[in-house]
Amino acid sequence: MSLKKNILDLRKRREKVQLGGGEKAIEKQMAMGKMTARSRILALLDDESFTEYDLFVEHEARDFGMDKKELHGDGVIIGTGTIYGDPVCIFAQDFTVAGGSLGLMHARKITKIMDHALKMRVPLIGINDSGGARIQEGVNSLAGYGEIFYRNTIASGVIPQISVILGPCAGGAVYSPALTDFVFVVDQISKMFITGPNVIKTVLGEEISMEELGGARVHAEITGNAHFFAESELECFDQIKNLISFIPWSNTKKAKVFPPREPKFKKNIEDIIPSDPKQPYDVRDVVRAIVDDSNFFEIQELFAPNIVIGFGRMNGQTIGFVANQPLYLAGVLDCDSSDKAARFIRYCDAFNIPIITLEDMPGYLPGVDQEHAGVIRHGAKVLYAYSEATVPKITVILRKAYGGGYIAMNSRHLGADFMFAWPTAEIAVMGPEGAANIIFKKEIEEAADPDAMRAEKVKEYIERFANPYVAAAKGYVDSVIEPSETRQMLLHAIEVSSNKIDARPEKKHGIPPF
Amino acid sequence: MKNKKLNLVDFPILSRKYKTLLTTKHHSRKPYVAPNLNEIKSYIPGTIIKMKAKVGAKLKEGDIILIQEAMKMMNQIKMPFDGKIKEILVSEGERILKGHLMVIIE
Repeated sequence: MSLKKNILDLRKRREKVQLGGGEKAIEKQMAMGKMTARSRILALLDDESFTEYDLFVEHEARDFGMDKKELHGDGVIIGTGTIYGDPVCIFAQDFTVAGGSLGLMHARKITKIMDHALKMRVPLIGINDSGGARIQEGVNSLAGYGEIFYRNTIASGVIPQISVILGPCAGGAVYSPALTDFVFVVDQISKMFITGPNVIKTVLGEEISMEELGGARVHAEITGNAHFFAESELECFDQIKNLISFIPWSNTKKAKVFPPREPKFKKNIEDIIPSDPKQPYDVRDVVRAIVDDSNFFEIQELFAPNIVIGFGRMNGQTIGFVANQPLYLAGVLDCDSSDKAARFIRYCDAFNIPIITLEDMPGYLPGVDQEHAGVIRHGAKVLYAYSEATVPKITVILRKAYGGGYIAMNSRHLGADFMFAWPTAEIAVMGPEGAANIIFKKEIEEAADPDAMRAEKVKEYIERFANPYVAAAKGYVDSVIEPSETRQMLLHAIEVSSNKIDARPEKKHGIPPF
Repeated sequence: MKNKKLNLVDFPILSRKYKTLLTTKHHSRKPYVAPNLNEIKSYIPGTIIKMKAKVGAKLKEGDIILIQEAMKMMNQIKMPFDGKIKEILVSEGERILKGHLMVIIE
């Protein structure tokens, strides 16, 4: 009999604590259009799979009357569960408990689940919804943040780390998501900034709304801090599940292999690209024409759209795609697109995902703003990331491959394993007009009709150099292929490189141009 | 293709113009303006605490023109070279943004 009493007592305790900040606070949370921490976890994970740890943890604060307050679970829920049957570790900050503020025990719960994720080599998902540091706990909450950042860094490149911003995430709190691999934001719900609108108004007198300063769209489009933008929390969870299906559990594993499927994109691949190198097209159509089921999972769709990154499958295996996008800014490399591509390449390399690069770019974006923004050091990141990567690296040159861009976009010279080019490829030191103006400067100047002479010389240059055969003659390009052969050639290349070993000198770590 | 629907513009890269779309961020770039060494601008947002020099004063390189408080620091704004204060465009207690024109010297 006494056993039953104990069990009933446990149930009662659980029920009380599982309510977090209580019914009123939950109502408030819902009124803001937000789900509760617990319902978020349950919506994201497989049914019945969530197992909670540290439900009965209480806070440690003793000052400012805090000793009289109860904070259930100390404002964060942690545990393990599965997504499509794959295990994950998860934490979700509970805004209904003291605004999800981070105190010592709150942080200790998060670091506990992080340690667990790292030891078990499974992905970590963090749902952020917090007013920030719990001021009453002073330096203890700062210590908590620091210990989270440290673990984010140590786990980086070992297990996938995913951050979901579903509420405020301000001040020091933003740095944990920033250290993780993928950041998800939801329109009107996510708010991220170092100093909020109030501080900015007090110090500077500048007025700006939270949404304009650090809303979801800002981070998805302008800053590039976010990788996925959703209209609703449920859409966001679908994106996370989709991502999880593409990536491995840890850096010693490969991503799950799915049954191979033919692309369902019906348009003829030759008809996607206009022959005039000055005309744009959507390079994502080329990716869709190549990948299994035409299923391309794009990352950072809104940020620096002049380069496209994302995952697709070839023969059921996850592949990372990097493609210049002529539809935006002519597909140039600039500071933002270099950052975007370089980080993704390093992600793929860390998690054993082969990289396919589709190249069609006229060069780097000219301009004082780019030069002064450090396009040299940002652009260098792409060179570094490609050179450093030891996963299979395959390039297809679709059209333009000019100058520094040709080198940067996974050229043979940076260690590409396979270099394919379409017959439309133009591999040259620069565009024909520019090259002709320099090489034939004298002839053009001295001609009776300089314009006619220039046109003639441009034509001559195009015929002789603006093609893939000069590079093919040197072995810089392995094969010039018909566009319709692309998928077969890529499938073959991936198969051949499945046991690739690329040894590098031992070192503590490189010094990438961060 | 679907060029008619898209708002394509001519985008010059080196000696060629490409048809393409622009991004919001590209639109909101600020054009470059060469700095005028006679204009002393704030390099950080803050508050003017004290004016140390008057219009017409002849100062040596390194002399303090004014004190600007920013991020809890009292920053000394100094003469970049020997010269004269031509115009003062801020007053004590004024809160200014970064890049605000404070003083013109000659």
